[in-house]
Amino acid sequence: MAEESRLFEVEIITPDRIFYTGEGDMIEFTTASGQIGVYKNHIPLTTVLSPGIVTIHRQGEEDVIAAVHSGFAEILPEKVTLLAEIAEWPHEIDKSRAEAAMKRARDRLANRTEEIDVMRAEFALRKALVRIDIAR
Amino acid sequence: MASMRDIKRRKGSIQSTQQITKAMKLVSTVKLQKARSRAEQTNPYSSYMYQTVSSMLAKSGNIDHPYLKAGRSGAKAVVVITSNRGLAGGYNANVIKLLTDSRLPKEEVWVYAVGGKGKEALERRGYRIKEDNSHIIESPSYADAAALCARVLAAYTAGEIGEIYLAYTHFKNTVVHEPKLMKLLPVELEENDGSAAEPGVLMNYEPSEEEALDMIIPKYITSLFYGALVEAAASENGARMQAMDSATSNAEEMISDLTLKYNRARQGSITQELTEIIAGASAISG
Repeated sequence: MAEESRLFEVEIITPDRIFYTGEGDMIEFTTASGQIGVYKNHIPLTTVLSPGIVTIHRQGEEDVIAAVHSGFAEILPEKVTLLAEIAEWPHEIDKSRAEAAMKRARDRLANRTEEIDVMRAEFALRKALVRIDIAR
Repeated sequence: MASMRDIKRRKGSIQSTQQITKAMKLVSTVKLQKARSRAEQTNPYSSYMYQTVSSMLAKSGNIDHPYLKAGRSGAKAVVVITSNRGLAGGYNANVIKLLTDSRLPKEEVWVYAVGGKGKEALERRGYRIKEDNSHIIESPSYADAAALCARVLAAYTAGEIGEIYLAYTHFKNTVVHEPKLMKLLPVELEENDGSAAEPGVLMNYEPSEEEALDMIIPKYITSLFYGALVEAAASENGARMQAMDSATSNAEEMISDLTLKYNRARQGSITQELTEIIAGASAISG
């Protein structure tokens, strides 16, 4: 019973599909202010996501991992919902494309000129790094 | 009475038109199925987004945020979603009519057109077309919606426009599509909206509430744009399917009518020929 009650609902929704629904006893993800881990009965919190890996832990089962870029999370005591603009499973990621994107973003950041949007390049770099990381 | 040849020719032309409308109906049925399943998949995201935003705004009553207050400018941006192709019954006309009948004065409206038919019709009526993004309705993607949203919001934050509206066709089900004109910014909450999440939950925001709003509102608008694009695509194909279906059955009716006329004409000519032969024979033998 005690084990059972530690579970809470997890939902990841993207514009194109319901990416994941299930239960877990702990979820980790990256927010704009750093990595956080959430257990059941967390205080209600809405927070902004930054590109990173989402890990859903559940005792006795393999962790579920996915890459999530930009969006926000709504945390309620019994439920965590991630509204992500992009979410990908590790097997969906094209590693060579991500590597090319990383190189492009690095080049752009290295040779800064007036017309380069630094924020955007940094965001692209972070996305690429997350993709490479999760695809291993 | 028209001659047999005329009737036959007309019948042939209607028959080939019918073949075209039949084929178009089949094509739009297939497209509709695809578009409908997409619209259904998009729905959870937009409705969750709507819920979150409305519960956020309901609880945080009077935050001072530019997205919640009317802009300085009187100009109103209207994103008008129609189709690029015609032959879809009243589909495009209904959206246009919604805008022309609305209380929005023509002079203050900036049209962000998505769909060539809407753009042409509004241009003829003297509306100012700010942007033409007709290609994105062909295969709506979230990235297109985000780019459009970014441009509209940039104009909003720059103070060029004071309000943002969206005109599109809501896809209720395969046969019912209703044109809708909704106001997106400044955000107005519908009163007595039961969907605004359970009261009593005190939500915390990280970083701050303002920053969270800053981030979430653009995503909210984008999700509405994307939802509208996908629904409009489904409605377009639904409308075309219906239009083509009734065109096909009208053609069927005309063909059976013409067949009857043709047979009558044929019988008439045979009778006449017989009469002439008999009259000729009796003149000889008589």
